[in-house]
Amino acid sequence: MSGVFSPTRAKIEERTLRTDKWWLEPAITFGVLISFVIYATFRAFEGANYYKDHLISPFYSPCLSQACVPEATIGGWAPVSAEIFNFALSPALIILIFPLGFRMTCYYYRKAYYRSFWMSPPACAVAEPHKKYTGETRAPLILQNSHRYFFYMGLVFNVFLTYDAIISFKSVEGEWGHMSVGSLVLLASSTLLWFYSLSCHSCRHTVGGRLKHFSKHPIRYKIWSWVSVLNHSHQKFAWYSLFGVAFADIYVRQVATGAWTNFYFF
Amino acid sequence: MARKLNLRIWRGDSKNGELKDVQVDVNEGEVVLDVIHRVQATQMGDLAVRWNCKAGKCGSCSMEINGKPRLACMTQVASFDENETITVTPLRAFPVIKDLVTDVSFNYKKAMEIPAYEPPKDLAPGEARMEQVDVERSQEFRKCIECFLCQNTCHVIRDHEENKKSFAGPRFFIRIAELDMHPLDILKNRKRTAQEEHGLGMCNITKCCTEVCPEHIRITDNAIIPMKERVVDIKYDPSRMFAGLLKREKRD
Amino acid sequence: MTQSALQRHTYDVLVIGAGGAGLRAAVEAREAGLSVAIICKSLFGKAHTVMAEGGAAASMGNVNDNDNWMVHFRDTMRGGKFLNHYRMAELHAKEAPDRIWELEMWGALFDRTKEGKISQRNFGGHEYPRLAHVGDRTGLELIRTMQQKIVQLQQKDGREFGNMEAKIKVFAECTITEIVKENGKVAGAYGYWRESGEEILFEAPAVVLATGGVGKTFKITSNSWEGTGDGHALALKAGANLVDMEFLQFHPTGMVWPPSVRGILVTESVRGEGGILTNTNGERFMFKYIPDVFKDKYADNEAEADRWYTDQDNNRRPPELLPRDEVARAINAEVKAGRGTEHGGVFLDVSKRLSPEVIKKRLPSMWHQFYELAGVDITKEPMEVGPTCHYVMGGVEVEPDTAAAVGVPGLFAAGEVAGGMHGSNRLGGNSLTDLLVFGRRAGMGAAEYVKKNSANPVSDATIKAAAERIEAPFSRTGGENSYSLHAQLQEITHNLVGIIRTRTEIEDAIAKIADIRKRSKNVTVTGGRTFNPGFHLAFDLDNMLLVAESTAKSALLREESRGGHTRDDFPAMSNKWRQVNHIASFNGSEVTVKAQPLPMLPKELFDLFDVHELEKYMTPEEIAKGGSN
Repeated sequence: MSGVFSPTRAKIEERTLRTDKWWLEPAITFGVLISFVIYATFRAFEGANYYKDHLISPFYSPCLSQACVPEATIGGWAPVSAEIFNFALSPALIILIFPLGFRMTCYYYRKAYYRSFWMSPPACAVAEPHKKYTGETRAPLILQNSHRYFFYMGLVFNVFLTYDAIISFKSVEGEWGHMSVGSLVLLASSTLLWFYSLSCHSCRHTVGGRLKHFSKHPIRYKIWSWVSVLNHSHQKFAWYSLFGVAFADIYVRQVATGAWTNFYFF
Repeated sequence: MARKLNLRIWRGDSKNGELKDVQVDVNEGEVVLDVIHRVQATQMGDLAVRWNCKAGKCGSCSMEINGKPRLACMTQVASFDENETITVTPLRAFPVIKDLVTDVSFNYKKAMEIPAYEPPKDLAPGEARMEQVDVERSQEFRKCIECFLCQNTCHVIRDHEENKKSFAGPRFFIRIAELDMHPLDILKNRKRTAQEEHGLGMCNITKCCTEVCPEHIRITDNAIIPMKERVVDIKYDPSRMFAGLLKREKRD
Repeated sequence: MTQSALQRHTYDVLVIGAGGAGLRAAVEAREAGLSVAIICKSLFGKAHTVMAEGGAAASMGNVNDNDNWMVHFRDTMRGGKFLNHYRMAELHAKEAPDRIWELEMWGALFDRTKEGKISQRNFGGHEYPRLAHVGDRTGLELIRTMQQKIVQLQQKDGREFGNMEAKIKVFAECTITEIVKENGKVAGAYGYWRESGEEILFEAPAVVLATGGVGKTFKITSNSWEGTGDGHALALKAGANLVDMEFLQFHPTGMVWPPSVRGILVTESVRGEGGILTNTNGERFMFKYIPDVFKDKYADNEAEADRWYTDQDNNRRPPELLPRDEVARAINAEVKAGRGTEHGGVFLDVSKRLSPEVIKKRLPSMWHQFYELAGVDITKEPMEVGPTCHYVMGGVEVEPDTAAAVGVPGLFAAGEVAGGMHGSNRLGGNSLTDLLVFGRRAGMGAAEYVKKNSANPVSDATIKAAAERIEAPFSRTGGENSYSLHAQLQEITHNLVGIIRTRTEIEDAIAKIADIRKRSKNVTVTGGRTFNPGFHLAFDLDNMLLVAESTAKSALLREESRGGHTRDDFPAMSNKWRQVNHIASFNGSEVTVKAQPLPMLPKELFDLFDVHELEKYMTPEEIAKGGSN
C-alpha cells in the first residue's frame, strides 16, 4: 500500500473525505474535451466543406495541400502534395499538429487533462489510482518542454487566421468592405486565439519572465506586466478560444454545406 | 447563541486510529480550531493538535477538514451547513504522530537541501541597492508561512511515498524560484539542480498547491512554471542552449 | 522514565526559544565557533515574532537623513518614560542599523526606496520614518531570514563535518522545564519532547533564554499559546531576577469576541475614522470620562463630536479619541459597573457612521481580517472590544553589554524575556530590533563565557529531581485539570491586575493566585505521554503562576501610573518612582519584590536631552547632578 494508505499515515479507509462534488469539474472537462476531440477528428478527416465565399475554417488554414480548393489557398500557393505514401491526406491533417501541439503542451491544458483523463490526481486531496508516478521527467512527457516552440508556431498560425478573418470582409463577389456573420465569427475566433497565445506562460517567460533584473529592462518589464495580467485568465482564454475555433469551423461547415446561409450586414 | 455541532475527529497514532463522533457547542463566528479547543478543554483533555497564532499567520494548525487541506484557524464553522457533520483528520501525506498531529520533518529536511542564498562576495552590509520591481517577485514567495498544506496536497508525494526522496515539493520550488529571482543572489546552477536534484520535472502542474495556499501565493503560475521555463532555457531549448554556449558569461 | 533511556545531548550553548532573539543568538554563537542547540516549543519558524507587522526600528536614515542613533535613543527613552536601562537603549539605538543591514546580507528582502535602499516608515513615538518593513509581515521576514541563515550555517558544517547537524541542531517541539545548575553555575537544561513525552537532558555551560512573552497569563491577549512566560519562570527558579514586571503593554481595544479573533488588536484608526464606543445600554459612554485637563479639547456632546469629523476647526474632538489609557480606563469602568458584554467588553461600532464602501477603503485590513477569520462584518455590525495584553516590558534582569542574567553565571536572556530595554513602555518597531541587537549580544556573551568556563557536568541527583517533577502530574489522581485552572488564573489576572489597577484588587489577586498555585500542585493529567496538551499545559501553568505573582506584587508596590502600569488610586506619574526598578526573585515558595535604584544616565547621554524635558521625569536633585559622571 502506498500513498495515503502507507503504513505510517493516519489509518483512514476513504480515498478522500471530501464532501463536495469534487468529481464534477474533471467530469465536465473530460466531456467537453472528448467531444471536441471527436468532432475535430471527424472534421480533420472529412477533407471537405471547409471553404465557402471567402470563409475558411480555422481547421483548414493555412491550406497548403494541392488537395485544397484553390480559393482556400494563399494565392494558389500549395507546396504540399495531396498524397503521402499513396495515402490521400486531408489538408487539415498537415497543419493540425501545430495547434494541437500548442494545446497539448499548454500549461493549463496539462492540468486539465492530467486531472480529467489521467486522474493524476482527479482532484486535490483525492487519491489517484496509479501505482507509479514520474511526472514529466521522462519520455514522452518530457516533450512538454517543447511548449515554447509550439507557442512560436501558434503565433504564425494566428497571423494566418487573422488574415482569413480580414479576407472574410469581402462580399461573395470578392468586393472589399462588406461584413457578414461569418466575418464576425472568424474575427472573434482569431482574436480569442491571440488572447490565448499572448496569455501563455511561455510567452510570459519569453517577453520578460526570464530576466533577473526588471529594472534594467523597463520596456520588457512593461510588456511582462501586461502579459502577466492576461496570464491570470489563461484558463479562460484556453476555453473561449477552443469554443471559438470549434464554432468557427461549425459555422463554415454549415455555410459550406448550405445548411446555413451566411447573413451579410452590408 | 450557542448551538450543537457534530464533529468527527480522527483519533489515533501511527498504529491505529479511527474517526470519533463528538457533539460540541459552537458560537457564532467561531472557526474549527475554536471548536477543537473546546473539545480539548471539555471532553478530550489529551487531544493532540498543533496551533500557535490563531490568526492565519504562523501556519501551524494545518489539517484536513472535510477532506480538504486547510488551516483550522481560517476555516469558519459558518462556512458549512448547520446540520453538516464536520470531519477533521490529520494531514494525510505525512506520518501521523497522534490525533491531528503529523510528523512534518520531511519539510525541514528538504529545506536543508536547498542551497542557501549567496550574496556577491564584495558587497558590504548597508551597500546593497535593489529596486522595488526587482524584489517583488521574490517577496511574494517570502509570504509563505510554511503551513505545508501545498506539500500535503501535492499528489507527487501524497500518493507516492517513494517520491519523497527525490521531490522537494511546492514549498521548496517557491524557495528556489525566490532565490533564482533574487536580484543579488549569485549562485548560478539553481535551475539545473531544481530539475536534476529537487524534482521540478515531477510536477505536472495540476495546481493543487495553489488551490490550498492560505496566503494565496500563485505557486504554480509564478514560481513553478517560470522555473520550468528557466530549466527549458538551459536544458531543453536547442536555440537557447546554443546561444548560451556562445555567450556563457553574459547574464541578465 | 529509567535513567538508561534518558536522551542526553552536549552542546556549548543552549538557546531556548527560536524566535528572533533565539535565532540571532544561535547564529552568533555558532559563528564564534561553538556548538549550539536551539530548542523551541513549536515547530521551527512558528515563533510569535512572525506576528510582528509594523517593522523594525533602526535609524538608517534612508528616508530622512536627519535620523541617527541619538534621535532614536531619545525617542526610546521618552517612550519608556525614562525607566529604561539607559545602556540597553543606547546599545539598541547604535546597533540596530547594522543588524538590519546584516539581515539583508542573509537574503532578507525589505521594501525599497526609490534609490534602492531599505524603505522606512513612520510609526508612533518615532521622530523620523524609521521602521524597515516588508508590507505588514516584517516579523515573518526576520524569522525566515534567520531560519535560512541557520540552514546556511548547517550546510557549511555539512561540507566540513559531513553532517549538517554536527554543530547546530534544532530541537523542535521540545519543552524545557528546568535550567539545571551545578556548583552555582548553569550546567544545562532538562525537559521533554512534546511529541513523545520522553525526557531529555541538555548539558551545556551556557544557556540563552529567548522565550518571549507572558500574554497567555491574561484572558485576552494577542500572544500565541507559547507566550506562557517560560523563560521568566525558568530564570526565577534558577535564581535570576525579574525587573519591572508590573509593566505590560495593553491595547484598550482588542477583540474579545468571537473567540476566533479574541485578542486581535483593533487599530486606533477605527476610532479615528468614526468608530463609537457604546455599552450594553446603548449609551455612548465616553462623554462621562473626559478628564478635566482635556475638557477644552474634547466634545462633551454627541452633536459636536459628530460634527468634528467634517469640520475639525470649529469643533472639539470626539472623546473616543482620548489617549489610550483614558479609553482603557473608561472601558474598564463600564465593564466593572456591569454595563459590559458577557465577554467583558464594550461595543465599538464604525458601521453607523460610514458606508460599507468607505470602511473597506479606509480600513481594508481590519475589515478583511475580521471577515475572513470570524465572519464579523464591521461594515454591518459592531465589534466587541476590550483591553488585550500585547507585550511585557518586564523581564530577566541582565547586564546590558553581554545579556548575562544578573546572579546566575552561564545564564543569558534576550528579547521580550529580558527586561530593562523598554522601560515602562515599548515603542512600536523597537521590539524587532531589540531581538536582533540583544540576541546577538547574548550569543556573544555566551560565547565569551563558554571560552572562559569549562563544561559543568550534571549530577545524577539533579537529573532525578528534574525527572520526578515531570512525572508527578501522571502519578496524582483526583486533582483538577490544568485547563480550568488556567482559565481561572486568566480571569483573575485580567480583572484584577489588568490594564487598570487598584490596591485592593491587586491584593485580592495576590491571594487568589496563591490559592490557584496551591491547587495546581495537585493537577492531574489524563491520557498518555504522547503529544498530550493537558500534560503540556500543566507545566506552562506553573510558569504563568510565577509570572502573575511577580506582576501582581510589583504592581502593588509601584504607587504611580507610568507607561504600561496604570493605578486608578495613583493616577499621576511621580518622579520619585522613576528612580527605582522593581526586582522580583523567587525563594522556592514565593516571589518577593524589592525596589532597586535605577542606574543614572551618564553625562554624555544626559546631555542629549533638553533639560526642560528631563524636568518632567527627574527630580531637581537629579537634574542638578547632570548625569552620573
